[in-house]
Amino acid sequence: MTGQGISQIVFYSIALVALGYPLGIWMARIYTVPRVAGRFLASVERGFYKVVRTDPQREQGWKGYGVTVLVFSVLFFLVLYVIQRIQNHLFLNPDHMKSVPSHLSLNTAASFITNTNWQFYGGEYTMSYFTQMAGLAVQNFVSAAVGIAVVAAVIRGIARRSADTIGNFWVDLYRTLVYLLLPLAVIVSALLIWQGVPQTFSGHATATTLQGATQSIARGPVASQIAIKQLGTNGGGYYNSNSAVPFENPTGLSNFIEMLAILLIPAAEVFMFGRMVLAKRHAWAVFAAMFFVFALGVGVNLPAEQHGSSVLRSSGVNITQGHGQSGGNMSDKEVRFGQAATANWTVATSDASNGSVNGGFDAMTPLGGAVPLVNLFLGEVIFGGVGSGLYGMFFYIIIAVFVAGLMVGRTPEWLGKKIDAREIKVAALGALFVPTMVLSLTALSIVTKSGLASVYNSGVHGFTETLYAYDSQSNNNGSAFAGFGLTNFSADFGAIAMLLGRFVPMFAALALGGALAKKKIVPASAGTFRTDGPTFVVLLVGVIALTAGLMIFPALTLGPIVEGLMH
Amino acid sequence: MKNAISSVIAIVVITAFFGFAYPLVMTGFAQVAFKSQADGSLLKVNGKVVGSKLAAQNFTGPKYFHERPSAVSYNAAGTSFANLGPTNPDLAKNIAAAAQSILKLEGPYNPGLTIHQIPVDAVTTSASGIDPDISPAYAQLQSARIAAVRKLPLATVEQLIHKYTTGRSWGFFGEPGVNVLELNIALDKESGA
Repeated sequence: MTGQGISQIVFYSIALVALGYPLGIWMARIYTVPRVAGRFLASVERGFYKVVRTDPQREQGWKGYGVTVLVFSVLFFLVLYVIQRIQNHLFLNPDHMKSVPSHLSLNTAASFITNTNWQFYGGEYTMSYFTQMAGLAVQNFVSAAVGIAVVAAVIRGIARRSADTIGNFWVDLYRTLVYLLLPLAVIVSALLIWQGVPQTFSGHATATTLQGATQSIARGPVASQIAIKQLGTNGGGYYNSNSAVPFENPTGLSNFIEMLAILLIPAAEVFMFGRMVLAKRHAWAVFAAMFFVFALGVGVNLPAEQHGSSVLRSSGVNITQGHGQSGGNMSDKEVRFGQAATANWTVATSDASNGSVNGGFDAMTPLGGAVPLVNLFLGEVIFGGVGSGLYGMFFYIIIAVFVAGLMVGRTPEWLGKKIDAREIKVAALGALFVPTMVLSLTALSIVTKSGLASVYNSGVHGFTETLYAYDSQSNNNGSAFAGFGLTNFSADFGAIAMLLGRFVPMFAALALGGALAKKKIVPASAGTFRTDGPTFVVLLVGVIALTAGLMIFPALTLGPIVEGLMH
Repeated sequence: MKNAISSVIAIVVITAFFGFAYPLVMTGFAQVAFKSQADGSLLKVNGKVVGSKLAAQNFTGPKYFHERPSAVSYNAAGTSFANLGPTNPDLAKNIAAAAQSILKLEGPYNPGLTIHQIPVDAVTTSASGIDPDISPAYAQLQSARIAAVRKLPLATVEQLIHKYTTGRSWGFFGEPGVNVLELNIALDKESGA
């Protein structure tokens, strides 16, 4: 760790706030004003509402909103499944990819519809250009937009009083796609193309190497897909090794841009929330809690990786930083990123439920590799996935004000609304459902023969791989510790984990928004617990650590902790 | 039912726009503005494609700079991590084997070379399997062999290393690396091969 590495990470944090804050203001605008854009764009927007047969003025209650989201997602799921199965008969398949097997198609369709982007396949040798573009890349936009639309609706519910509706899904969907994701994706892809990410419809290039061998070079419409997979916290790579591959991420600068894109919208949402509920200080407190956990993750992962694994240290090779190398644990890492940029990415992607990687997690040191694992288990609320991260955080905020209420013996309040038993039950469901499912599926997988068939490394590390796989899928993260293979068992249970992990918390969040919309505002009194000071930040971090952390601790002891002690 | 009809229409519209129009427009832009990058940063020698600036290839024998180990034999159409856990016995074996072969290759040109002078990136697999860069330290280690085998002054080799070292972007982001393929192409030119 040098000052140079640390200053890259500090600069990253500053850039995140400097760009996230104004973006949050813009987002608050697009979800509240009747007309966002000028005459031409407004008429295109009206045209969309006309063809999908919705009246933009007519809002939905939380149930109606949820049902629309569900129907839309299920139908898109079917389309995505069918595209993969028949890709060999479709056009835009210059490298003659075969039909994707049924269990894999199921898992992949579930994965992309839920904003998870878990990949049991290598894109460059499984998916045709058609599937990548018209199937997977479309879902990168759509699944992200669905998440953001839902959080906007939930926030509207929190902001309103005595209201029965929380918004119109089609309006939120359209505005997210066109006024938020599209412009950002165009900017980011243009920057990435400039840095060297391919964007072509030609098939693989063939080279005759200097020593006379033949090398096939996979390329395609990469940049347009990478831009949105980063921005939409999707994470599904074009290539198998994701953003570690030079074609996906060619330079230190492209790495910075992609890394910034991971957390940009999740961070902006917090500021959007502050504006929409007229509680900017509260939003800053939430941001502070998120940022604290992010910084903690980097603070553990980076020194651990720089220190290197015991195998490397005892091997005798030079792992000291300086004299022309960045040193440390370079296993499954790239020279152009080194330790600091890889640690920064690893923590950002696991906090944000993005799932893209720029280095392999499987080969990280036990302590370094435990960081993404723990981050996943926090339920993806530290910034979190677009939309889902912030509404996941709302569950923890409710639990935090409830705990505070118990301590002072008053009815808990949040932003002027009384929190009753119903809200607390919904929040508890939202917060605890996913970790419970992760532990159950991991247990099922390690006691059955078909479950164990997926594990690559034997012993304790194999357990960690299994835990990570279900953790990643259930939390809709999608990053892989890798070392976890495709079987019918792992594909099907993975699909179930992703679908339930997406829609159960989403419905809990919508229910919460709907319930809060109905409530009246109670004026703050001397006894009201303040949710905008350092006390709240500490309490919130504490609640997250206790609720999620304690659930994972026993499992962590069986995995990385034992592994760390063994060596 | 109304939801289903709206959804089907929306799916068609969204797929047409985000699945086709968006990548097509970006491809048009890329092909016009940044043709070389958009096509995969291919490198040519005498008009023939010899590889990509962004993909390592397998170099063996003494006259070329060697790349980092690859888990996929430098397959630029099938990238992968090695995925050997930090306590996996194969990891230790692979590292030891890689270090031994480097000692054997470079030892004769670097009297007194020990394992402690081998930089870590030289014995570890890259994340992509096609990391096009090696650390400047590993390039330095190989320079004596290249100079001797190619009968070039060491200073010339070091100049070339310097020339093909990509620094941090804007002097700030990432870490410096030496692009092995570009360096080897330049060496072939220098030797008049």
